[in-house]
Amino acid sequence: MRITRTAAGRSRRVAVLATTGLTASALLLSGCSSDDSDESSDANGKITLTVADFGQFGYKEAGLFAKYHELHPNITVKEDTTADEKVYYPKLLQQLNSGSGLADVQGLEVGRIKELVDTKADQFADLSEVVDADEFVSWKEKQATTADGKVIGAGTDIGPMSLCYNTELFEKAGLPTDREKVAARISGGWEDYLELGEEFRKKAPAGTYFMDSASAMYNAVVSSHAKQYYDENGKAIYKDSPSVRQGWNLAAEAADKKLTQGLAQFSDPWNAALRKGTMATVVCPAWMAGQISVNAGAANKGKWDITTAPGATAANWGGSFLGVPKTGKHVDEAAKLVKWLTAPEQQAAVFKAIGSFPSNKGAYELPAVKKATLPYFNDAPIGRIYADEAESIPETILGPKDAAIKDTISTQINNMEQRGTEPDDAWEAAVKSIDKVIG
Amino acid sequence: MATSSPTRDAHASPPRGSQRRPADTRRQTWRSRLWRFDDKASPYAYIAPFFLVFGAFGLYPLLYTGWIALHRVEMTGMDRMEWVGWANFDRILHDSEFWTAVTNTFLIGVISVVPQLLVALGLAHLLNYRLRASTFWRTVVLTPYATSVASAALVFALVFRADGGLLNWVLHFAGLGDTNWANGQWTSKIAIAVIVIWRWTGYNALIYLAAMQAVPSDLYEAAALDGASRWQQFRKVTIPSLRPTILFTIVISTIGSLQLFGEPLLLEGGTLGATGGNENQYETLSVYLYNYGWNLGHLGPAAAVAWAMLALLLIIAAVNWLVGRFVRPSAA
Repeated sequence: MRITRTAAGRSRRVAVLATTGLTASALLLSGCSSDDSDESSDANGKITLTVADFGQFGYKEAGLFAKYHELHPNITVKEDTTADEKVYYPKLLQQLNSGSGLADVQGLEVGRIKELVDTKADQFADLSEVVDADEFVSWKEKQATTADGKVIGAGTDIGPMSLCYNTELFEKAGLPTDREKVAARISGGWEDYLELGEEFRKKAPAGTYFMDSASAMYNAVVSSHAKQYYDENGKAIYKDSPSVRQGWNLAAEAADKKLTQGLAQFSDPWNAALRKGTMATVVCPAWMAGQISVNAGAANKGKWDITTAPGATAANWGGSFLGVPKTGKHVDEAAKLVKWLTAPEQQAAVFKAIGSFPSNKGAYELPAVKKATLPYFNDAPIGRIYADEAESIPETILGPKDAAIKDTISTQINNMEQRGTEPDDAWEAAVKSIDKVIG
Repeated sequence: MATSSPTRDAHASPPRGSQRRPADTRRQTWRSRLWRFDDKASPYAYIAPFFLVFGAFGLYPLLYTGWIALHRVEMTGMDRMEWVGWANFDRILHDSEFWTAVTNTFLIGVISVVPQLLVALGLAHLLNYRLRASTFWRTVVLTPYATSVASAALVFALVFRADGGLLNWVLHFAGLGDTNWANGQWTSKIAIAVIVIWRWTGYNALIYLAAMQAVPSDLYEAAALDGASRWQQFRKVTIPSLRPTILFTIVISTIGSLQLFGEPLLLEGGTLGATGGNENQYETLSVYLYNYGWNLGHLGPAAAVAWAMLALLLIIAAVNWLVGRFVRPSAA
């Protein structure tokens, strides 16, 4: 240790200076942090609005921020996107807790909206005067409304359910490829879907699977019910919930019959499997089509098609809201931006750009939605498929920990698929984890 | 410190004159008081930066964490704290996932620290020879340490990927491959240990090298005269001289491995990373803490985990100290 001692002597003065400097700058930093957002407006009344969101909201892709700037030359909109909602949400909570660092507009996911309505409503501006709840699908705005009628978020998209399937693999396995015929084969519901899977497996090319992930199917099944993880009184009922039971049993069956590739959705292996074309079906909420076309790539264009979900299941998977935190400097302007972004024309533009389906009913009447087809999916008439479904989606009872419970169960379903965990053991592990989630 | 502390007399008393008017004297007493105050207070001012920073970023969070650990605090409402006493500790101690995390942390710790320090010792020994471009080699050895945890972990995540990963690709030439590294109980731990070893070996090697260069060369000369081989010199001269340094690196590496976080979190990333894999097969204590506090939003148990980790560290430090005492050669 001799070496360090001589070095210490020489650099003592530097060290003293450095520590003093550090302390000073630390104090300065903490002193300054409260008024750092002044740059968002200047003397000419020009303001910058920030929109913090996650995943793909599609505003940039649809060119909406640029368009808004054209309409309102004094307003520039900046977007701050976090790829993973599971990273985004804890950050949002921290920012709400500290009351700083929030954007003017924040994206809110449907799996979290109940928790936010219950615990953080007072930190969001009331949008009930800004957006007209009747314009939206009947259940959409109710999800973002507090008991005393405050609306904390304006609906962006919803995720009506369909089934995406790989026509090339269907053909090789001797199954019908026409979307009406496929729909007829699975018209009896999810059991039909699994039966079709078994038929697929008999003649399927080696290394291909009927579905990507049983947890996706599970989620589709649960999403089609009004009662999922919580009851009307906010009590967690997932252990006895019929929808959870049905979804779980179907997933266990699919895992047992080796109908699934067992990939966690949106993971790298899942992306790779889409590229290689090893999965014959993917349960398809509206926004999933975008995921498939992006990941499967141009080489697989025309190999996919879209049909109605098994049993013509009407279900909603995902979808988001835009909220306006009260801490922002331009709450009114931000609310106006939110109103504009969630209006029919803009939602239709997003739908056209990335396939997120409008929650604003007005958009369904626009030709851009009504007549929409997807070239990537053999010109599937998605506008008609989803708009028909949207209104029959049940009004679901949301709970504060919906998203976390769903993730936990998905992990255990994945264990059944990948590791051959016995359904009973997996369920027991899931219950233990969920009790921790609910805490 | 005796050399650097100034002598008291240097400025304790102000310069004296022979004749003074009363006002002057008063000013003198005032000045001398100021001198004395300066003498007494300025040392505190000098050390204040450390204590301010430590208090704000070390002590206060530590105590506040302890306070939170005794409450029910949710991420969704941090202003509402509800006293629950030891319930949070009770909860984590009865959670099998906690004990899985403890076991994982120790297993990963052992399989990363032991090879890491052995390789570092060997590397340091090699670098201690007369080499051409020795500075270059020393820099090379230290490069991994200069990369960030995140980038190292992300690159290794590509190496260990099950599907199209670099390692599986190399292994398939040997007829192996198709190992789902992150999925297995042991393979996942090995994968994480490899990232740790890669990042920290060079750092430890440089510490050893510094200590080796401080070993007096006459010891080696004497040993050589007595006919000791290179290996014997290494074992009988180098290692004993390095003993305090080795102990130091063991302590530092142990602390480091107990805090292991970025590598397991990013090996698979996403939901799986936050729970340390499908079956928590590579969940370390830090990941467990993070998941409990940030994903599940229960800050009370998360704070309890933090204190449990502190307790574990103290136990390890005590064991280390005892072992160190035991191993130390009796003063000759």
